[in-house]
Amino acid sequence: MSEERIYLPSIKRDVILASLAKGERLDGRKFDQYREIRLEKGIVGKAEGSARVYIGSTQVIAGVKLSIGNPFPDTPNEGVQIVNAELSPLASPLFEWGPPGEEDIELARVIDRGFRSARTVDLSKLVIIPGTKVWILYIDIYPLDHDGNIIDAAGLAALLALLDTKVPKTTVDNGKITVLEEKEPLPVTNHVTYVTVAKIDEYLILDPTLEEELAADAKITFGVTEKGEICAIQKSGEGSFKPEEVLKARDLAINASKQLFEAVKKTVGLADTPQQAQQA
Amino acid sequence: MKKTPPERLIDENGRRIDGRLPDEMRPLRIEAGVLKNADGSAYVELGNNKVIAAAYGPREVVPRHEALPDRAVFRCRYTMLPFSVDERKSPQPSRREVELSKVIREALAPAIFLQEYPRTAIEVYINIIQADGGTRTASIIAGAVALADAGISMRDLVAAIAVGKIGDILVLDINGIEDQFGDGDMPIAMMPSRGEITLLQADGVYTPQQIEEAIKLAQKAIQKIYAEQVRALKSKYEAIKESE
Amino acid sequence: MPIYVKDRQIVVPGEAIGEQGKIKIEGHVFRIGKKYYSKVLGVVTINEDAKVLRVIPLKGKYFPVEGHTVIGKIIDVGFTSWDVDINSPYTAVLPVSEVTSKPVTISRTDLSKILDVGDMILAKIVSFDLNKDPVLTIKESKLGKIPRGVLVEIPPQKIPRIIGKKGSMISMIKEMLGVELIVGQNGRIVIVGEDPYKVELAVLTIRKIESEAHTTGLTDRIKKFIEERLRT
Repeated sequence: MSEERIYLPSIKRDVILASLAKGERLDGRKFDQYREIRLEKGIVGKAEGSARVYIGSTQVIAGVKLSIGNPFPDTPNEGVQIVNAELSPLASPLFEWGPPGEEDIELARVIDRGFRSARTVDLSKLVIIPGTKVWILYIDIYPLDHDGNIIDAAGLAALLALLDTKVPKTTVDNGKITVLEEKEPLPVTNHVTYVTVAKIDEYLILDPTLEEELAADAKITFGVTEKGEICAIQKSGEGSFKPEEVLKARDLAINASKQLFEAVKKTVGLADTPQQAQQA
Repeated sequence: MKKTPPERLIDENGRRIDGRLPDEMRPLRIEAGVLKNADGSAYVELGNNKVIAAAYGPREVVPRHEALPDRAVFRCRYTMLPFSVDERKSPQPSRREVELSKVIREALAPAIFLQEYPRTAIEVYINIIQADGGTRTASIIAGAVALADAGISMRDLVAAIAVGKIGDILVLDINGIEDQFGDGDMPIAMMPSRGEITLLQADGVYTPQQIEEAIKLAQKAIQKIYAEQVRALKSKYEAIKESE
Repeated sequence: MPIYVKDRQIVVPGEAIGEQGKIKIEGHVFRIGKKYYSKVLGVVTINEDAKVLRVIPLKGKYFPVEGHTVIGKIIDVGFTSWDVDINSPYTAVLPVSEVTSKPVTISRTDLSKILDVGDMILAKIVSFDLNKDPVLTIKESKLGKIPRGVLVEIPPQKIPRIIGKKGSMISMIKEMLGVELIVGQNGRIVIVGEDPYKVELAVLTIRKIESEAHTTGLTDRIKKFIEERLRT
């Protein structure tokens, strides 16, 4: 599934710019303000972990599945983390049906990159038989409704799904693996959230709506750890940033990440019933 | 073939495994106009990386319905040849090649006056002949030269370099081993005269300050790379002038 | 009002040319504030008398211009028109009404009897705007099908050098080699001649002009080039 290149009529871009010049956005938000964030976890019983995230009207669902498999030859004593994303036409008329396109692949790889750099999941704890059998951790991300800023919502959904994940305990007897009923939480330590900054002319805004994204010259996404370090960066779009703008975006991202971490913590503190939703 | 990690990537004198200091680039060689068929082309060697880029266009858009009424369609394809790496790479496009094709396209597009060529296509094809860390930066260096060599209108060239991390030390232009066993990789591309960043990615963990330092480190190298790109483009024509 | 470049200097995209003042800056340039920059890999030409500085690309595709004379190749025969390749990203159209004033019964076989796929024509561009393909005519005198000859393609920016100041270069080649040169502004040249050796020499001459188009003293050097080869 790939995103069709749609060009916003220039009159709409002018309207957005006129509003930004007055210091506000079309929906009345401040430049560094997020839309309403709603987080739910444990919504898919059959998945080992799952979550659904709303940022405004943007909706993303993520699920974690585990299976037993072989480790990568380079890392025989670590589990395997595989992140996949699909921009299905269900979510937007902009998405086409077909094999994963560049946007799907970019989304998955950026989310994977942040988690991997910060070691969000302690993969060394996912070994069953050292050197031979490990847990394969599949994180699948599916946007359900696209109104801009899918990356940030996808990052939250993936993190929440990981925090929701329970790994079955195993016993090994003469090379034979038995999967037990008893489960323990997936070791998730260094939380990472993703903050995307969009650039429209000289203005930098957080959490762009779909229209703002289409009007933007370029975007830059930062993966941020709880300590306020940067563990992933991805500039996208056919525009450019001055170095000062990158640094300003970096600061906006680190600041905004605090709000996202808070929201995650609140949600994880609750019992995970499928219908329970937490307002940020 | 499994690689054993080197004992350490930086020694007590601050020298890296290939003898370089943290702020040193690998040798760079650029040649423009190396292919007969392409409208523009370039061959780049950055350390052990060997990269060739071909630019076609502006030309008719195929398929026709993908043409845009007010600007050129710009396409970019990054391909690693199967024998370019230690373990043979399958000719099937990998997810990495798909992502790199996208970010390289988005690194070069801001420099092109796409609005000057409505209903046409401009295409850049990049083949990695040999890879040793930094192929996407070498690709951008080559792609920009190929586009200029084709006579396409551009605001500026685009130059690129990667800044890596070994422990807490930022190192310029990481090679394959440093990429695989080091602690971070931040490729940066810029339009050198405009001073605009057109590609910025990172993996690894950085303090906010390190981001700023990495950009500064890259900027110096980018000016050197730009000078080499300019030399490569002008040299063909200036040699003929000298023989007058 | 500083100008940073010299006459005949090679410039790259983004290179600073200078600020407009006594000398007008034209050609493939763009402006930011007061400063002009080159848009292309090109050569600077400064005309001191006319006080004009131009940046001309060294290479590039042909962009149709109304009124230009071009050499085209028929690539498709339609019902009321032909598609013509004019060495440009834009395919041109030659409507049947621009070929002959005589009424023509519309049928594909008839059209291909007039002009068929592969035929070369000398045509004029009647109209072109960026929303539609260029339209050609061959109704004027001296235009029409080119019956035979050898086709050479060079970057269209170098055609003025083939023609030379007041046609000096092209006349010299025609006289010295006894060939006819049909020149299209779209970078195409057809050489017509009886002696195959002279025709081939004309091709070599054009290629030499192409590679040295940005230099000075070219006419004399080309004269010597032809003389040397005629002697052997």
